[in-house]
Amino acid sequence: MLRLAPYLVAAILTLPVLAGMLGALIPSFGFLPVLGKTDVGFGPWRALLAWPGLGTSVLLSFLSGLVTAAIALSLALLFLAIFFETRAFTWLRQAIAPLLAVPHAAAAFALAFLIAPSGFLARLMSPWATGWQRPPDLLIVQDEWGLSLMAGLVMKEVPFLLLMALAPLAQIHAGERMRLARSFGYGRVSAWFKTIVPALYPLLRLPVYAVIAYSSANIDVALILGPVSPPPLAVQILRWSNDPDLDFRMIASAGAILQFVVTAGAIAVWILAERCVGLLVRGQLVSGRRVAGDAGFATLGRGLFPVLILASMLGIAALGLNAFARVWRFPDALPGRWTMAHWQSVAETAGGPIAATLWIALLTTLLSVVLVVCVLENERQRGARSGRALEFLIYVPLLVPQIGFIFGLVLLAEMAGAPPGGGLVAAGHVIFVLPYVYLSLAEAYRRQDPAWTKLARTLGQSASGAFWKVRLPMLLTPLLTAFAVGAAISIGQYLVTRLLGAGRVETVTTEAIALAAGGDRRLIGAWALTQAILPVAGFALALAAPRLIWRNRRGMLGGSR
Amino acid sequence: MLFRRGMATLSVILGLFGGSSAGAADKASTEWTQVLEAARGQTVYWNAWGGDPRINAYIDWAGEQAHERFGVSVVHVKLTDTAEAVARVLAEKSAGRSEGGAVDLIWINGENFAAMKRNGLLFGPWLDRLPNHRLTDPANNPELNLDFGVAVDGLEMPWARARLVFYRDTVVLPEPPLNTDALLAWTRENPGRFTYPLPPSFLGTTFLKQVLIERAANSSALYNPVSEADFAAISKPLCDYLDALHPTLWRQARSFPENAGGMRRLMSDGEIDIAFAFSQADASAGIDSGELPATVRNYVFDAGTIGNVSFLAIPFNAGHSNAAMVLANFLLSPEAQMRKQDPAYWGSATVLSLGQLTREQADAFRNLDLGPAALPADQLGTMLAEPHPSWTEALEAEWVRRYGVR
Repeated sequence: MLRLAPYLVAAILTLPVLAGMLGALIPSFGFLPVLGKTDVGFGPWRALLAWPGLGTSVLLSFLSGLVTAAIALSLALLFLAIFFETRAFTWLRQAIAPLLAVPHAAAAFALAFLIAPSGFLARLMSPWATGWQRPPDLLIVQDEWGLSLMAGLVMKEVPFLLLMALAPLAQIHAGERMRLARSFGYGRVSAWFKTIVPALYPLLRLPVYAVIAYSSANIDVALILGPVSPPPLAVQILRWSNDPDLDFRMIASAGAILQFVVTAGAIAVWILAERCVGLLVRGQLVSGRRVAGDAGFATLGRGLFPVLILASMLGIAALGLNAFARVWRFPDALPGRWTMAHWQSVAETAGGPIAATLWIALLTTLLSVVLVVCVLENERQRGARSGRALEFLIYVPLLVPQIGFIFGLVLLAEMAGAPPGGGLVAAGHVIFVLPYVYLSLAEAYRRQDPAWTKLARTLGQSASGAFWKVRLPMLLTPLLTAFAVGAAISIGQYLVTRLLGAGRVETVTTEAIALAAGGDRRLIGAWALTQAILPVAGFALALAAPRLIWRNRRGMLGGSR
Repeated sequence: MLFRRGMATLSVILGLFGGSSAGAADKASTEWTQVLEAARGQTVYWNAWGGDPRINAYIDWAGEQAHERFGVSVVHVKLTDTAEAVARVLAEKSAGRSEGGAVDLIWINGENFAAMKRNGLLFGPWLDRLPNHRLTDPANNPELNLDFGVAVDGLEMPWARARLVFYRDTVVLPEPPLNTDALLAWTRENPGRFTYPLPPSFLGTTFLKQVLIERAANSSALYNPVSEADFAAISKPLCDYLDALHPTLWRQARSFPENAGGMRRLMSDGEIDIAFAFSQADASAGIDSGELPATVRNYVFDAGTIGNVSFLAIPFNAGHSNAAMVLANFLLSPEAQMRKQDPAYWGSATVLSLGQLTREQADAFRNLDLGPAALPADQLGTMLAEPHPSWTEALEAEWVRRYGVR
């Protein structure tokens, strides 16, 4: 049975994506029989390429993929360079997962309100510092270059890359490398970039590609922070597929295929850039220079990170203030009148969505954790790592733009006669939850010392006894963390929930986004916080539970990491 | 409350025995009784825009009533865009599912209705089967038989009336511009203080149509398919106007609010001074919730503003068409329409003809307080009809061609 696990996982990760892509490819050549369109040809493609502003849309998606990844990677590496193995780093390990758990849409709303000309920062500074009685007419949020979009994406992707870097850091013995380089007199930042990054980056490559893919094709953040006219390609595809003129569905299909090409192109350019950078810095690496701008980078990093963290906290605080505001006019720094009405409205309507969110998240995550443990256990019993193929397949759902294959998937589910609803939605969530559970569990699982099994066997335990009574309990902390990560991913899913559930399945995320269309920021604030509280609570539980369970087994807390 | 309860009883009676004077009507009432029987125990999946908590609450209320009175459960599928529901029905048709579909009832009008009708995605005709239909006095209200110029043909039920109204804070702007020329003159003096939602959002496109109807040399061409007209010539006044207007708009027209809600938020943040909505109730609701200042008032253009009717339609493959009809009929009852028009709940104007109601009911409608920002019915001016839906598509395409590129 265990042997089948890798194949099952591979099938779950790739078949729906492939089928969905096919479901987009066929209509893009004009074949959609239900509309009486059976003239196969390049009509939709011609219409797509003739669309005004298409070039700008493509460029925006392409650039926001590359720029976001470049900045997020630089920041993550700089952060690690400065804080690796300091107290701040320990703190970060704890804080990072909840940071990741804040849904993209909530974070984007927070940033938008923070930096808008009538936003929180402007209100804090006006009129005493700026002299503004009325908000200035400045295009900051949704700017044409997509800068605010990229800023919003960077805010979310830095924690993701940091999380993805933690396991490889242990794997390459970064601590030893650092101490060795420092003992040779290298500065902290130089030592980091010369001895750790060359070993770390290859292990971080796929997560970086996932960042490029997400940033070049996401919907939720782009809708809130991206330019509106022309918008990034993914948003334009959504508009086409929402157009009442049903012929636009075929253009949307062609657009979805174009989105694959744009995302793949951005990743290809990145790979090319990797090579170039590799060649360029080789000389630097072995030059023997002990210190190269260390002080400057350290100052930059020390200045930048408090600003980033402060901005995130201010953004969330502003969201919170909105959720309790009745009247909050510009330029008041705080709401003029307060109310609980928005929370009342949430309390009245959130019960059903919270229940649905929870059962779907728990079910899909449980299923994913079981599957991943099966794969990893199979790997261990056969004594070999499950090849690069599976490692790559894990990333397929993260690398292929969602907007492209979900529509095809809906068609497929319909053809299979699967009734839309909770079951189908849960099945869809597994495609996206599984990779994250794998990524957050695999390293800890592999690093568990095989000696524990032998020890258990010598003490008279059967093979399964060793697994259930010794190894799994020792993995409690990483298992729970993986569970929290998976649940957070499930809670944040919008498009899948919406489309596979035919709108019948309401989760906190679909509810929050439906109300976002109404534009009332105070209500959006209350819902965004509700949406964020669930995954954050999940992480808090994942952190607290082992401490409670092992309260008189202190060794179990440290050893399993 | 007593009054409301009385109306409830009345509407049940109307619902059960509506129009039972002649033999044919008896047959109709027997048929309706069969519909009611078939509907009992079914669940209606009602696909309706879910962006306004007040509308959502109204739909919840209607669901509770339908459950109590007719044993029909209602699930509100909250859409961000009506086309989502159209897409769902379409996907079902592609997959060959001709019954048991996921969508039972859609709140719809204009382009989406035209598209569904054109593609054979609608159930019916069913409108004449509803006992409450006669309360709309269809013979004397021709606008209920046309949806953006497309014949309704009994395929959808009129549910709500909408009117384009502008609003502004009377303290900031006591004398607002009352036509498109005055608006341009005002934005030139006050750059950055006006905008409109991004077409093809419903309200954004409506603004384009409003300007075009006012400025077109011959607006009658707008009421026939665009293919029969010289689009470039007729739309030229609109394009000239926008060319002049855009540099004076919020963010120099380099960005636009996403929809009506986004525009109201700009108003709330003090970024703009004039906004508009497709309902008298929008500004009042904003005042009530504290989003807008208490001194905000609606106003309309001298030459009138666009108005339309929105409808409820049932897809061809709806799994619960009987229950959908029962719910629809209840929504057309004086009680449900009254609550809908009451700004305390929603504030959306009724489609009923007051002449068809009892005097008590009609007076209740007449005496209803429409909310702080609302104009009294006699000051609402001329209602301009929606152009043919083909103009919507043509205008949106032209807008994107001219202004959607940088």
